[in-house]
Amino acid sequence: MDNAVVELRGCTRDYGGVRAVDAMDLVIFEGEFLSLLGPSGCGKTTTLNLVAGFVEPTAGRILIDGEDVTGVPAHLRGLGVVFQSYALFPHLSVYENVAFGLRERRAPAAEIARRVGEALELVRLDRQGRQRPAELSGGMQQRVALARALVYRPRVLLLDEPLAALDKKLREEMRDELRAIQRSVGITTVFVTHDQAEALGLSDRIAVMSRGRIEQLGAPREIYERPASRFVADFIGASTVLRGRAVAPDMVALSRDLTIRVIVAEALRVGEEVELAIRPERVRLVAGPADGTAEARIEGLVYQGSMTEVSARLGDGQRVLAFVTEPAPIPLAPGHLVHLKLPADAFMVLA
Amino acid sequence: MLNAAVIALVAFMTLPTVVVIVVSFNPTAILSFPPSGFSLRWYVNALTYPQFQRAAVNSLWVTLGAVALALPIGTAAALALERGRLRMPTLWATLLLSPLVVPGVAAGLGFLILAASLGLLRSRAVLIAAHVALVLPFVVRSVWVSARNLDATLERAAASLGATPWRVFRRVTLPLLRPGLFAALLFAGVVSVNEFVVSLFISNRVTEILPVAMYSYVVNYTDPTIAAMSTLFITATFALVWLADRFVGLGRVFLHHR
Repeated sequence: MDNAVVELRGCTRDYGGVRAVDAMDLVIFEGEFLSLLGPSGCGKTTTLNLVAGFVEPTAGRILIDGEDVTGVPAHLRGLGVVFQSYALFPHLSVYENVAFGLRERRAPAAEIARRVGEALELVRLDRQGRQRPAELSGGMQQRVALARALVYRPRVLLLDEPLAALDKKLREEMRDELRAIQRSVGITTVFVTHDQAEALGLSDRIAVMSRGRIEQLGAPREIYERPASRFVADFIGASTVLRGRAVAPDMVALSRDLTIRVIVAEALRVGEEVELAIRPERVRLVAGPADGTAEARIEGLVYQGSMTEVSARLGDGQRVLAFVTEPAPIPLAPGHLVHLKLPADAFMVLA
Repeated sequence: MLNAAVIALVAFMTLPTVVVIVVSFNPTAILSFPPSGFSLRWYVNALTYPQFQRAAVNSLWVTLGAVALALPIGTAAALALERGRLRMPTLWATLLLSPLVVPGVAAGLGFLILAASLGLLRSRAVLIAAHVALVLPFVVRSVWVSARNLDATLERAAASLGATPWRVFRRVTLPLLRPGLFAALLFAGVVSVNEFVVSLFISNRVTEILPVAMYSYVVNYTDPTIAAMSTLFITATFALVWLADRFVGLGRVFLHHR
């Protein structure tokens, strides 16, 4: 597991005057599922294309299994790629699409037949071999693309938003199937996505990207519970960011008469300006004032079935988002004054 | 009302052809209409006239040569226009399509002067070269449309699967360009076979192609042999297009490309 398979060393890629990827360092380990997560234009697809060999870095080096592959064209890198549009060859049958990589490797006919059969079985399409891609549903096409990329046992599997073109229910099914297949094959996988739920659900590690750089790299739980920056806190899940000033190593004053206690790993320096983030599911609505509560006025409600999204404004004007599990403990209506319980250990201090 | 208009239009377009065909069966030696009987003598005359035989062979070679050269060149040009990072792509596109707007007489004169200064006036190669230039715009246009519809991600996918650039071209690019290539083949063939003005300038009795030979005949004689020859010519072209449609589906080529 600690064996580095892909390494990016100071990789930069410019398009015209635009820097898509900026001096990126990243190591991807044997067998891991690593997601590149970020908004569109953050450089995640360019990073994938750099690994695949579709684009060359303006500066920096790329290593696969310790070997420098910078400048090595895509067809010699031996990787498997699944594209957002699937990119199945429309003029070839499903079988021939999957066999493509083996034929290019001049595999013997018997081996091609056996391995294509296995691959199609793996994605449960062993009966569709003779059909053309256009005759299949989106989810089936997606599975053909996966089989095509896996059949020649590539060193690394690169997935470029493979689920984005599917509708919601199918996407969730495919997500589970993708993870199961990846686990059973045990292949090192790089997954590009802008969907944080997909990244959280699938990955061993997530690299959150913004403006060509990695904002934070870590396990999903670490990314979610300890976002390293305001950007990460904002992008991964909803969160409320509150600004204040440290008045004690564990106390932050949001305003003159609203001070909250926080439990953080590193003691705060008194007098320093801090930004605190809190997840909406950690904020609770309570009936009356108590220790660690703050008064707020409800501004907006979005009923979502299992819970209601409550947007409330604190006395100092800062807005707090809370997810209240239904049925709500107290009646909710815009304009109501409520008491918010902000648990001290729920706060994250942003860098 | 609309039906009548369409019929009138079609009649207007085909009437000259019909007249030629009818006249070709006229037994008398005068190009008159309506005909006074039925005879195949002018067909015998046309098919046995040595200069027509020689010109038909010339036509075959010139058209085959021109198409064989123009197809790969035009395909490369179309791909360069679509994929290549050319500076001023619109300028290149305009230049590649420009032979369409140059009057045949001007082009013919140009080829004549060039061929004369190179001492190639007696060569069939000059005719082939001129025809390549004349059919190239049609080839580029047709292939370009297909190239534009071709998703470049497919080529990336093929490369990621281990295909060398040449293999990507063979196994993915070329098969997906087929509709455009076929349209190009047909256009180029028809344009080359029917080309007259430029060919008139740069051919002689030995190298001249069929349309030029037919023109020379009309200048010297006025019997229905020329009508018979025209009818054969029309029939051959028509049969070719019909067969093409039959086996490859011309309608599909022109209507949609996927």
